[in-house]
Amino acid sequence: MKYVDEYRDPALARHLFAQIEAVTSRPWTLMEVCGGQTHTIVRQGIDELLPAGVRMIHGPGCPVCVTPLELIDKALAIAQREEVIFTSYGDMLRVPGTTTDLLALRARGADVRVVYSPLDAVRIAAERSDREVVFFAVGFETTAPANAMAVLRAHQLGLPNFSMLVSHVLVPPAMTAILDAPDCEVRGFLAAGHVCAVMGWTQYEPIARRYQVPIVVTGFEPLDLLEGILMAVRQLEEGRAEVENQYVRAVRRSGNTAAQDAIRRVFHIGDRAWRGIGTIPGSGLMLTEEFSRYDAELRFAVADLTAQEHPACIAGDILRGTRVPTECTAYGTLCTPRTPLGAPMVSTEGTCAAFYNAGRSRQPAILRPPVSATATRSR
Amino acid sequence: MSAADPALGTCPVPLAETEKVLLGHGSGGQLSTELLRDVVVPALGAAATETVPEDAALIGVDGLDLVISTDAFVVSPLFFPGGDIGVLAVHGTINDLAMMGATPLAMAVAYIIEEGFPVADLQRVTTSIGAAAAAAGVPVVTGDTKVVGRGAADGLFVTTTGIGRRLPEARVSAAFARPGDVVLLSGPIGAHGTTILSTREALGFEAEIASDTRPLHRLVAAMVADAKQDIHVMRDPTRGGVASALNEIAVASQAGIEIDEAAVPVPAPVAAACELLGLDPLHVANEGCLVAVVAPAAAEPLLATMRSSPEGPCAVRLGEVVGDHPGRVVMNTVMGGRRVVDMLVGEQLPRIC
Repeated sequence: MKYVDEYRDPALARHLFAQIEAVTSRPWTLMEVCGGQTHTIVRQGIDELLPAGVRMIHGPGCPVCVTPLELIDKALAIAQREEVIFTSYGDMLRVPGTTTDLLALRARGADVRVVYSPLDAVRIAAERSDREVVFFAVGFETTAPANAMAVLRAHQLGLPNFSMLVSHVLVPPAMTAILDAPDCEVRGFLAAGHVCAVMGWTQYEPIARRYQVPIVVTGFEPLDLLEGILMAVRQLEEGRAEVENQYVRAVRRSGNTAAQDAIRRVFHIGDRAWRGIGTIPGSGLMLTEEFSRYDAELRFAVADLTAQEHPACIAGDILRGTRVPTECTAYGTLCTPRTPLGAPMVSTEGTCAAFYNAGRSRQPAILRPPVSATATRSR
Repeated sequence: MSAADPALGTCPVPLAETEKVLLGHGSGGQLSTELLRDVVVPALGAAATETVPEDAALIGVDGLDLVISTDAFVVSPLFFPGGDIGVLAVHGTINDLAMMGATPLAMAVAYIIEEGFPVADLQRVTTSIGAAAAAAGVPVVTGDTKVVGRGAADGLFVTTTGIGRRLPEARVSAAFARPGDVVLLSGPIGAHGTTILSTREALGFEAEIASDTRPLHRLVAAMVADAKQDIHVMRDPTRGGVASALNEIAVASQAGIEIDEAAVPVPAPVAAACELLGLDPLHVANEGCLVAVVAPAAAEPLLATMRSSPEGPCAVRLGEVVGDHPGRVVMNTVMGGRRVVDMLVGEQLPRIC
């Protein structure tokens, strides 16, 4: 497939692995921010092929995973209502709330529908004026422009029966929160390429300076990730801490300004709770006063709902990167993609699900990658 | 896998839905397996088959090896690029018989029709059934028609039952794979599932992808004539895709399977659709290809036979059966890494971004 196969070339990959090995003189710990990147790394077994000194920690960049439990419960409370058509991206449907999930609600008669774009939800609202249509607006800066456009479109069409349950989160404040944690081991970041395609990378420049960490804007294909890792390690070895762009085919420094305008028009920045991490100041997007009539939390009076996490779940540590899934006592036993306790096991982009689907078994310590590309791993 | 974990039986698992049937229970993946194992087979009691339930069953009648299979079709939309529910029903049943090494002899067709369903559409589907059955040389010998009230069905559901006679030299079962065997695949994967999803959700790939639905009994007959009992397993990787079919074989045979990512034939439009939707082509349904596990010496001649038949011009060697990791399927990735290929858990859910 054009624009994909080129970035999965095994010969080029071997060359990049060798280059990473050649520039690495001591151990470095890097974090890939985005769940899509984690997915590629684990599916292709890239972390286990890296030289022993380079360790990847999987970051909090799975939007499904960081959506707080109470927001899932709010979604469930809204979806249960007779008058509601609840629309969502597919992978939110299986996220467990306190007592159930959206798929099970659907089996019990709730009108829960998968959509591929928030504009599909607006279309349903236009067609079904007798029903309340709610869209579950989850995601990072990547999905925010489309969700903003959906609100603008509903506003333009004058649809009183459309609303959004908003759980938007922002990447830079999460990176700062990770760096501020006392047990932080991350020495460099692979920033999420698609987020930067929207927002550009100017926001990352002060972070790189203040914390003295290299940040490499990186794509999602295997060769993108290898090149991103190489660029980050090279900076570390040379004592640099700059923002560099590996994903040049998609990202400009200023990002997509039209998309940013749409976001600014509909949303304002506010404090947001992250599942497993807690509230991070200025880390979320909420609907502005002008568009608050489209806020499903207000419309269905669920704003005060609270929830408690399952005690065995270490999703917080996973999302902060201080522990790996194979260190969790519930991993692979109580908690599987079939019976997820926490969100990272739910989405295929979640770290736990990525590990599980790649067949990684529980291990006593943090994964230490084998040196040789042909080494087999324990299962 | 999770099924084998003792903890699942003893600890309260909060969200495993056990009271209501979910759509995922019909996905052909792990949930489907659990439903059969935990609900259907125990409830049948003494009437249930003693062996592993497969898509078709062998019954000996007066020295004749007969094979019987039944299948229900609920595809939405009813008409899609490459076929419709009628064609699918005929091919599906023929293929279930063929995977037991049988020549189909006759089939029965039953309709459940929703009140208000257009007669023209019923004609169209029935014409398809007739044409597909005639082309395959399998007569439709009996049937049934029921009409239910509006809302009690989604337009039209079709059930087909087929009977066949096992080829004298065929001895295949999901449990017959042994270390050293070679895994063959008769053609490209993922076209059917992505076509249905794309048509149903109007995603716009319809122009480029069509279902691969086709009858495989002639291919099977040619293969059996060629390699006889050197063919150990045959499976058509329908719901749950190649990943689920291989996992079922690995579990039933208590052997490991290793496949090469580079060998997996995914047509470019299918690969593009899967990339966009976040689906794994190995989990996507097929209706016109088969997986065969064969003795090593028979592999190359069989590949030649498959490639010279109209159903398998793009047949490939996918991997092999190994003594390690019994019950698991492992893939060597194009990057040189390794990962386990698991069964689909429930429904395939498109990713957020």
